[in-house]
Amino acid sequence: MSLGSIFLLALLEGLVSASVLALTASGLSLVFGIMRVVNVAHGEFFMLGAVIAWFVSHWVGGPPAVAFVLALGVAPLVVGGIAALADTLVLKRLNYEPEATIVATIGLLYILQQGALSLFGPNALPVPAPFDLRLQLIGFGYSGYKLAVIAAAVVILLSLWLILTHTRIGLVMRATQIDRNTARAFGINVDRVYAMVFAMGAGLAAIAAVLIVPIQQAHYLMGADPLLLSFSVVIIGGLGSLRGTVVAALLIGMVDQVIPIFLPVVLPDYGAYFTPTLAKILATLVVALVLVFRPQGLFGKRHA
Amino acid sequence: MRDMKAFFLHLAVLAALLAALPLLSAYHVTNVAKIMVLAVYAMGYNIAFGYTGLLSLGHALFFAAGLYAAGMGISQFGLGSAGALVAGPVAGGLIAAAVGLLALRTAGVAFMIVTLMFAQAGYLTVLYFVRYTRGDEGIVLDRAARMLGGVDLSGDTPRYLLAFALFAVALLVNLALVRSPFGRVMIAMRENEARSRMLGYNPYTVKLTALVVSGVYAGAAGAAYAVLFGYVGASLASVQYSILPLLYVLLGGAGTVLGPLLGALLMFYLIDYASSATSAYQFIVGAVLVVLVLFAPKGILGTLRERGLRWLP
Repeated sequence: MSLGSIFLLALLEGLVSASVLALTASGLSLVFGIMRVVNVAHGEFFMLGAVIAWFVSHWVGGPPAVAFVLALGVAPLVVGGIAALADTLVLKRLNYEPEATIVATIGLLYILQQGALSLFGPNALPVPAPFDLRLQLIGFGYSGYKLAVIAAAVVILLSLWLILTHTRIGLVMRATQIDRNTARAFGINVDRVYAMVFAMGAGLAAIAAVLIVPIQQAHYLMGADPLLLSFSVVIIGGLGSLRGTVVAALLIGMVDQVIPIFLPVVLPDYGAYFTPTLAKILATLVVALVLVFRPQGLFGKRHA
Repeated sequence: MRDMKAFFLHLAVLAALLAALPLLSAYHVTNVAKIMVLAVYAMGYNIAFGYTGLLSLGHALFFAAGLYAAGMGISQFGLGSAGALVAGPVAGGLIAAAVGLLALRTAGVAFMIVTLMFAQAGYLTVLYFVRYTRGDEGIVLDRAARMLGGVDLSGDTPRYLLAFALFAVALLVNLALVRSPFGRVMIAMRENEARSRMLGYNPYTVKLTALVVSGVYAGAAGAAYAVLFGYVGASLASVQYSILPLLYVLLGGAGTVLGPLLGALLMFYLIDYASSATSAYQFIVGAVLVVLVLFAPKGILGTLRERGLRWLP
């Protein structure tokens, strides 16, 4: 393979992981932006989406495409329902007090993870892709499904942006974000908005998981990586800013995929030391330092 | 009078722990020794979270610092058990100081995430240096390495007694600390940072000091874990071990001296009992966390203190 082909391959792989990450992180960012809630269980909503996709594909016969489309509808609905329930039963009663909320979502993380383990077992669960298409690019064949994932993510993110900026429901959400007491005074049912936002955030993670699961397989412990990556994205992009989230997801998704593919090619000798673990260590430290020294994110403006 | 009452209560708890040794079966002797070590860890966590209001999600880093300082000190650098027990708290305190210098520039939610990320980086570092730390498999310290003054620490009774000694010192120091003027300043930081600052206390130095003390406790517990139980593995540096002391402290009562012991004792046996009945012990951990923040945010001793036992420190 020529260097150009390797570069193109790395770019595509980076785009795939960036799209899924952008979807997952936008859910986290939405919840933080509007509700000021840091949801530690976000990765488990992602995992539930993947596991439900497996469940649907396992029990629905017929061509994989039918089951997949069904999963794409069922997973965010079920996961969103669980999230709305958790919001109403737990988070609302805590009055969204930040520290209590984090502890509660840690509890939720354990409950959901154990639930998935008890119901679906410890094995990785494969889900067939809805279609099998290989595109011949310069020098290598590439999965058409992966390109479809990128396209789907773009469409969903655009719809999310349109909902937030051009619909009544988006207006209500933004009003609640800016000042929930005034919103309540204007007759907005803030409790329902919060439950809906929490469900939407979880649903976005579930959709992202359904999209990636034909590439990655479903597993009850798969939530940890998307959680940490989403945190990083939301921090780098500026807490609660959707545009910053998408830009940061592109950056992190690219770096996450391009470095492991490219580095052994460029620096064959360093491969033994510069492992993915070291890359993760450095990335984690960089994100922590961004939060310490630039809490508004790399792309955000500083304001109170 | 109130001071004496509190002091005697804590002495009575220590006496009860010592008196329990000949009454317990070998199985429970091992368990209670482990609980006392974990309670020291939770007491350290309580100094930061319960008294100073610093909710950290990264204390596993300080515990692991002590654990690996002791374990690798023994296995790689030929340190004795006594040296390892000194190296642990020193390492815990140093790492806490380094983390605190950076993380204390943030507060609230950002502080939680920064400490979580530092601890994650620490956990990954343990995995990265797998050649020296043996990663998940861990370092197993053999009996010969776990001698202290001619006593074999892998035996049930010496192990219990050393855990008890560490716990007793930690408890009395904790009691003295929270009743000292500095302890009052810590609580003032938790209750109202702006007002304490106005009174002339520097929040940054007070919090940093509290975090370092907390790190020393966690490091001491980590070193004791390594020496007493002979196992030093990456799982003990994972995020679970940052959540555990939070769980113990919330259950027993944040901002109470005996809360960490009570929380560790109850939670340890709850998990022990649950894992014999079902495999779903994580479910218990999650449910306890949710139920506590919902219905008993002050924990057991915190609630008792509110309902009459006002003198409880």
